[in-house]
Amino acid sequence: MLDSLMRIFNSEKSGKVAKKRLQMVLIQDRANVSPEVMELIRDEIIQVISKYMVIDKTDMELSLENDDDSVALVANIPVHNMKHHR
Amino acid sequence: MSEVIVVTSGKGGVGKSTTTANLGVGLAMRGQKVVLIDTDTGLRNLDLLLGLENRIMYDLVDVIEGRVEIRKALVRHKKFENLQLLPTSQVKDKSAVNPADLMALCDELRKEYDYVIIDCPAGIEQGFQTAIAGADTAIVVTMPEVSAVRDADKIIGELGRSEKDNIKLIINRIRPAMVDSGEMMDMDDINDILAIKCIGQVPDDIKVVTSANRGEPVVGDNDSQAGKAYANIVGRIMGEDIPFMEFEKEGFFAKLKKAFGM
Repeated sequence: MLDSLMRIFNSEKSGKVAKKRLQMVLIQDRANVSPEVMELIRDEIIQVISKYMVIDKTDMELSLENDDDSVALVANIPVHNMKHHR
Repeated sequence: MSEVIVVTSGKGGVGKSTTTANLGVGLAMRGQKVVLIDTDTGLRNLDLLLGLENRIMYDLVDVIEGRVEIRKALVRHKKFENLQLLPTSQVKDKSAVNPADLMALCDELRKEYDYVIIDCPAGIEQGFQTAIAGADTAIVVTMPEVSAVRDADKIIGELGRSEKDNIKLIINRIRPAMVDSGEMMDMDDINDILAIKCIGQVPDDIKVVTSANRGEPVVGDNDSQAGKAYANIVGRIMGEDIPFMEFEKEGFFAKLKKAFGM
């Protein structure tokens, strides 16, 4: 009885749980594999933002951060000035 | 046009050698000229799955080290003479063969065979790098379990780094009743996670074990769900457009229970 009640409350099936957990861990795995790729992302972000803003490239921080149920690419990019556009 | 295919997985025990044996026999049944290469040096097994363990005279390392010609080392299948096995050494280790050696061997064999299928060792070390070196296509075998899928993803990453971009997926040992009740990932789930073209889903089937016991791969056994699934994969490898089959999910008693609303 208690068992079946528990089952009703804890209703997410293990197949779905497996999928969610894998999707999360693989983002980390894939990101962990290559610092080179992070470096490439960093360089390209600098290129794009530099078209519009003057930024501090040395103080810029870029990292993957994970909470329980999400992974975020967090960028901290000090802006010195805006560029003027026609 | 011949094709060199490596069968790989990362994780051990997901059915690489079983898949290799079934694809080999299945392609041979369809009239293709096939050679299977066991590269799991030190852990020879493909011979046993094919029922050829008593016919081995020479092995891969003998060929690589130039002691014997390829032709002499190949073991012909008992039933299908267009299927040959190049067994691996049971005594040497994986450093005995390097990627350049295997690439040269594959190029030699592709002149004569329609399909060269390489059974890769588990892991991502040198044995893996050697096994994939000469391949046009990689077939990644996985199972609907978290560890096997994670390792498959790792292997897919490694293949990409080695510029092996033609990658296909086989999901092995699916338990349809568990998928039905939501307690196991299905093909769509795994496709979402790995984003690799799936060319087969093989149900867990006792006939895979009993056929291995006899050294006769299950492919082509139409009483077996796994046998049918392997035959379909063979067709897809040959370029045929074959829909994925529905599994027979329930036994008699499960149906009876359902009929009575139990």
